Amino acid sequence: MSELSHEPVLQPFPDAEWDEAAGAIIAPLGQALALAEWLRDDDAFLLDYCSNVTGVDYLEREVKEKVTKEDGAVETVTRTEPSRMDVVYHLYSMQKQTGPLVLKQRTNREKPEVESLTPVWRSCELQEREVFDLFGVNFMGHPDQRRILMWDEFEGHPMRKDYTEPFDYEWEPTPHDEILDKHQRGKVIV
Amino acid sequence: MGPHHPSTHGVFRMDVKLDGETVVDLQPVFGYLHRNHEKLAEDMSYLASMPFTDRLDYFNSMSNNWAYALAAEKLVEIEIPERAEYLRVIMAELTRLVNHVSLVGFFINDLGALGTPLLYAFREREKILDLFEQASGARMMCNYFRFGGLRNDVPEGWLDRAREVVDRFPDFLDEYEKLLCENEIILSRTQGVGCLSRDLAISAGITGPMLRASGVNYDIRKVDKYGIYDRFQFRVPYSDGDVGDCYDRFRVRMLEMRESIGILKQALDGIGDGPVLGDAPKVFKPKPAEVYGRVEAPKGELGFYLIADGTPKPYRYRVRPPSLINLTVLRDMCLGQKVADAVIILGSIDIVLGEVDR
Repeated sequence: MSELSHEPVLQPFPDAEWDEAAGAIIAPLGQALALAEWLRDDDAFLLDYCSNVTGVDYLEREVKEKVTKEDGAVETVTRTEPSRMDVVYHLYSMQKQTGPLVLKQRTNREKPEVESLTPVWRSCELQEREVFDLFGVNFMGHPDQRRILMWDEFEGHPMRKDYTEPFDYEWEPTPHDEILDKHQRGKVIV
Repeated sequence: MGPHHPSTHGVFRMDVKLDGETVVDLQPVFGYLHRNHEKLAEDMSYLASMPFTDRLDYFNSMSNNWAYALAAEKLVEIEIPERAEYLRVIMAELTRLVNHVSLVGFFINDLGALGTPLLYAFREREKILDLFEQASGARMMCNYFRFGGLRNDVPEGWLDRAREVVDRFPDFLDEYEKLLCENEIILSRTQGVGCLSRDLAISAGITGPMLRASGVNYDIRKVDKYGIYDRFQFRVPYSDGDVGDCYDRFRVRMLEMRESIGILKQALDGIGDGPVLGDAPKVFKPKPAEVYGRVEAPKGELGFYLIADGTPKPYRYRVRPPSLINLTVLRDMCLGQKVADAVIILGSIDIVLGEVDR
């Protein structure tokens, strides 16, 4: 297995970013489907096998970084990293036996929407449904987007970092805070 | 059909629309065994999730453990001792034998030979489970692997007992093959049933024996060469046609068992003495990084995607379940077949609900 270089991707898709820390290509907005088709069909890559599709949730957080200033002093700088939701694809090539190449689609947390890559790789079908079910990301163009692991009437997206569990009478007889709030709005799941 | 049905291999439901006996539409429904393993792992330390990985694909706990250990070992630099590597391969190949032999037993069970081949297969499986119990203390939920090696060394005489089991296995396989592979009923009921073409298999992300039965030579043990698999000589059985029916999958699994026995013999010959656990850090706190580690589990490609953020708990822990992804093509394979064939096709995909639902 060999690691793939991301350089050739930047020529036809100059807006794609390379995330050094994660080792992933970040697909440009609106071009994810085109990029996926190119990765599958281009002779240098021939990435015909999408192995893993998953979502990652990032809340707004503070990141401390060590910055070296001009006079040589090292200072710790705090900056706020905005919240986002990522959908990560691990791509391999069965023909050339190379891989993996990591592709990410970035979107916001309030109304997450990305392009579905199911038309390119059929293996995304069930996995994108799982990301929709557990994270709430809307995949535009997905042939059959509905809940897969949770039952159909379930509300909420359990894998999100700010998810609170529903109220359960037998276990917690006196609700409070968010659980009481949910209970009063009539959204109790027992 | 289901979720409680003797042929659904766990709590799995198929909503089947029929025209007489022919399947017109089929929707799989699962999630009955969802235990939010991925979210639980975000609250536990890395090592604490190891026993939970046993319960993913509960037939092959050793392979699941290895996949997770592989992924976590990519996050830190640990050197794994030789003996541990050999024992890992031995455990993984024994697991492959256990899985394939049980699967063939269940498959024949679905075809209607209620019990006999299955219990013959279980007789062999019991011998291997005894070995697992002697080594790790548990028959199925072994929790044997650690980051950097194994939890403990195998007891005295274990290697000799393992060699005995491995030496007797080919006779059992011969007996099985003689009874089954030329059996008219099996031939007529599984050939041409549930065909999966090569292109659809690659696009749908199918891995494992199902992919190889459709004609693709892709085995992660040969591609990634994880562990010490590059030291062993073994062949990868795959179909040379494009049919990929149930009979192909059945034959690929029978052949893979023979290759596993070859690997086991080589490993048992080559194993040396030494420690079984490398120098793992006391507190497993990897630097922020993302890794994807995968192994050739008996069911397909089992992968773990870990995002570490510098704390002792993973930020994101994702299991790439082969059983779930192999189900992508269930509908395609079953359309136009009879109801009874739908059961056989499901049996030949080899799913375990613990993995599908996590």
